[in-house]
Amino acid sequence: MIYNEEFETLPREALEALQVKRLQQVVQRVYHTVGFYKRAFDNAGVKPDDIKSLDDLKRLPFTTKQDLRDNYPYGMFAVPMSSVVRVHASSGTTGRSTVVGYTKRDIDTWSELMARCFVMAGLTKNDIIHNAYGYGLFTGGLGAHYGAEKLGASVIPMSGGNTKRQLMILQDFGPTAICATPSYTLYLAEQGEEMGVDMRSLKLRVGILGAEPWSQKMREQIENKLNITALDIYGLSEVMGPGVSMECVESKQGLHIFEDHFIAEIINPDTGEVLPEGEVGELVFTTVTKEAFPLVRYRTRDVSRLVKAPCRCGRTLVRMDRITGRSDDMIIIRGVNVFPSQIEGVLLNIPGLEPHYMLIADREGTLDTLEVQVEVGEKLFAETGEVKVLQELSRRITKDIKDYLGVSAKVKLVEPKTVQRFEGKAKRVIDKRTI
Amino acid sequence: MKKVEQISIFLENKPGGLEFVTRVLKDAGINIRALSLADTSDFGVLRLIVNDVEKAKQVLKENGFTVGRTSVVAVLVPDRPGGLHSILESLSKEKINVEYMYAFVERSGEHAIIIFRFDATDRAIDSLTKSGFTVLPGEKVYSL
Repeated sequence: MIYNEEFETLPREALEALQVKRLQQVVQRVYHTVGFYKRAFDNAGVKPDDIKSLDDLKRLPFTTKQDLRDNYPYGMFAVPMSSVVRVHASSGTTGRSTVVGYTKRDIDTWSELMARCFVMAGLTKNDIIHNAYGYGLFTGGLGAHYGAEKLGASVIPMSGGNTKRQLMILQDFGPTAICATPSYTLYLAEQGEEMGVDMRSLKLRVGILGAEPWSQKMREQIENKLNITALDIYGLSEVMGPGVSMECVESKQGLHIFEDHFIAEIINPDTGEVLPEGEVGELVFTTVTKEAFPLVRYRTRDVSRLVKAPCRCGRTLVRMDRITGRSDDMIIIRGVNVFPSQIEGVLLNIPGLEPHYMLIADREGTLDTLEVQVEVGEKLFAETGEVKVLQELSRRITKDIKDYLGVSAKVKLVEPKTVQRFEGKAKRVIDKRTI
Repeated sequence: MKKVEQISIFLENKPGGLEFVTRVLKDAGINIRALSLADTSDFGVLRLIVNDVEKAKQVLKENGFTVGRTSVVAVLVPDRPGGLHSILESLSKEKINVEYMYAFVERSGEHAIIIFRFDATDRAIDSLTKSGFTVLPGEKVYSL
């Protein structure tokens, strides 16, 4: 089943012609409405009129996460606030999160793309969708919600957390599909088993899982424990939210990118050079229809690969590999993006602490864990040398990380000079999880 | 000076941590008079009274330890039943809070010495002295 047969199965030539036309429009628009793009294009010596083909895209400068932060909160918006009907924001310490906006039409587009994803997963209006993505500033909850309503399915707006209640609803309300992060889905399955629920005989048929990288092995575990088909969905708030690309149930090999709305490129993260089809590199997106928050050549830092070969589902849309890593030091803990620099910001706000720290991501059972190792410096200890001061410190770090980043971390105080020192670029993250 | 200086050393919970402290002190010829180890699930703090505070601090720092110093109070107690109780009774009446304490027996065996950490050190010393207890000065404790 295909939700929008016309656009999802366009012959490649027609699709690329549509992309060029839309690209030219968006480039003109951002150049004249967003100060950042005018300056960036001028610095690169490129005018909107220079963009005549898809190949000309590479003449345009990249946009980075830092550019979005520099223009916090609304500097990248291409429409007046009176046209913005919704904002979302990514996690971040105060003042450093990324704020994105949507016009009424952007919400309609997003809803349609999410509806396309649900249909790609084999769902219809007869399905009941248990939506366990967080509702709020995070794009996951509302994005999936609107898409499910657009399709005409019944949505259970569950949001995240409260595992016992989730399990009760999974049994009593009989949802046929679940939207959640893969790790939380696995956690639900295991908690259910522990409570004696027969998780394989629920009415669940499909999982639309995303917001964090996961592996084929994890897919098999989830499918086995819940007796469902587990599919990968991809998106990021800057580009739109969930629904930028999605795996089809027919092939389960790669995620179809909705190219009538987004142009994807793969680049070498070190040189910025565009790589030929099939090579592994950093994903870069240009949004060609978004009104409130258009992005030109946004560097996602996600590592993937593009394949244009036809798919057995009949869609002509390019497929991206499941995300295999990051080209920066961001880690995703239970669906929350964590940059070492954010943790550093929290630590430096606490008097007496020095920025010698290490982040260790791991998995306990099915849940991601984050340990923050911080050195106990001379300044802090010399004054008192008391245990309770250190315990208080440990509690404060945990609380601040939770407050600012929304993620629970285990703080471990370590002896001075035991955290490795770096000359040049520091490596602050040890990721022990096997993706 | 009636106060006694105690050295605190931050230790991670791992094998060999304590051993390294005692080795550093041994190599510097420093004698430990009394000690106590406070532990939490993640780390420990070793509290020491030594014969040479300055030198101990110096060699420990040179070997990469985080060293803190705390003022504590040493009280002489007759080594017999009720000895400690009489002190605590007096402190209780004065509403003085004990944060932690540890004890060791004097060489002659006639007295025990209790090391107290109070939240109000000066007031505790005054009160104990007035009640007739022997508060040992730092120099005396270091050279026991």
